[in-house]
Amino acid sequence: MDELDGNGAAGLLQEVFGMEMTVAVATCASCGAVAPIGESGLYTGGPGTVIRCRSCDGVLVVITQVRGIHCVDLMGIRQLDMPLGNMAAGRA
Amino acid sequence: MEGTAVPRRLSSGPRPWEVATVTAVTRETPSVRTIALAVPSWPGHRAGQHLDVRLTAEDGYSAERSYSIAAAADDPVAITVERLDDGEVSPYLTEDLRVGDQLEIRGPVGGYFVWETADGGPLLLVAGGSGIVPLRAILRQREDSGSEVPVKLLYSARTLSELIYRDELDGQHDGVGIIYTLTREQPAGWTGYARRVDRALLAETAWPAGRNPLAFVCGPTSFVETVAAGLVALGYEPGRVKTERFGGTGGP
Repeated sequence: MDELDGNGAAGLLQEVFGMEMTVAVATCASCGAVAPIGESGLYTGGPGTVIRCRSCDGVLVVITQVRGIHCVDLMGIRQLDMPLGNMAAGRA
Repeated sequence: MEGTAVPRRLSSGPRPWEVATVTAVTRETPSVRTIALAVPSWPGHRAGQHLDVRLTAEDGYSAERSYSIAAAADDPVAITVERLDDGEVSPYLTEDLRVGDQLEIRGPVGGYFVWETADGGPLLLVAGGSGIVPLRAILRQREDSGSEVPVKLLYSARTLSELIYRDELDGQHDGVGIIYTLTREQPAGWTGYARRVDRALLAETAWPAGRNPLAFVCGPTSFVETVAAGLVALGYEPGRVKTERFGGTGGP
């Protein structure tokens, strides 16, 4: 499958984190690039969902489903900045 | 919702999967359909957001896809779907689904590629192929809310018959400029552009950077990369160039 972007994982991320995550700004642990999750690369063709840094291709997030749980690997994110008040995607 | 002090983003946690009912289907092009949905507990959405569709086979295998919502915030929910021949979900949605059928959905989701009236402009919307869908939601949102933000839409497709929402777009007026480019085949007498969107075409058609435009770019990955880089090279502020990439095969 083609590379997409983090916007395409909004539903999964919201399920896992309980809030709208595509506007969260991640600092890549590999190269230090700073970008919103919505802008980052999304790969869904292999096992699990992989989000990569658009600058260095370093893996930011891996989410896999095993035996009824989401396994969430965030080793590739050094810092995650969330806009205040950004609780969910819908309207109040 | 307008005029209240309640922030729209404050709401109550993640959306569950729920069952929607198809209320209408509209053929847009030979490979594209718009599907209107009745969703009992829909909380409202913002222009540019998505919803996820989950199809589950009898053996329990399921596939999920995310689709841009084609409707303005206060309009009934609809998605516009392009058929991908090797897709697991889109052939069903574009060929088999009928009015009255039920569909498992989750949404709205997303918040990055979103325009609200208060975000202002001037707006530059750049679409490649079915990347027009969330941009159409933004156009409708602008119109519904009475916004007078000036808009330019640059829409690239391969052929005339692949242009989605053409009648609606041709009917735009009052501060909305529509610029088409057909990259593969042009009908006789075509007066639009006939080349791929690149920096030169953007320089010719887009708002000058000095007007501090807000840009939304949606299309296949390579298209989006070219346009976003071109706009930044023309002086657009990177933080005001919002992008969304999709995996459709339909080219720009």
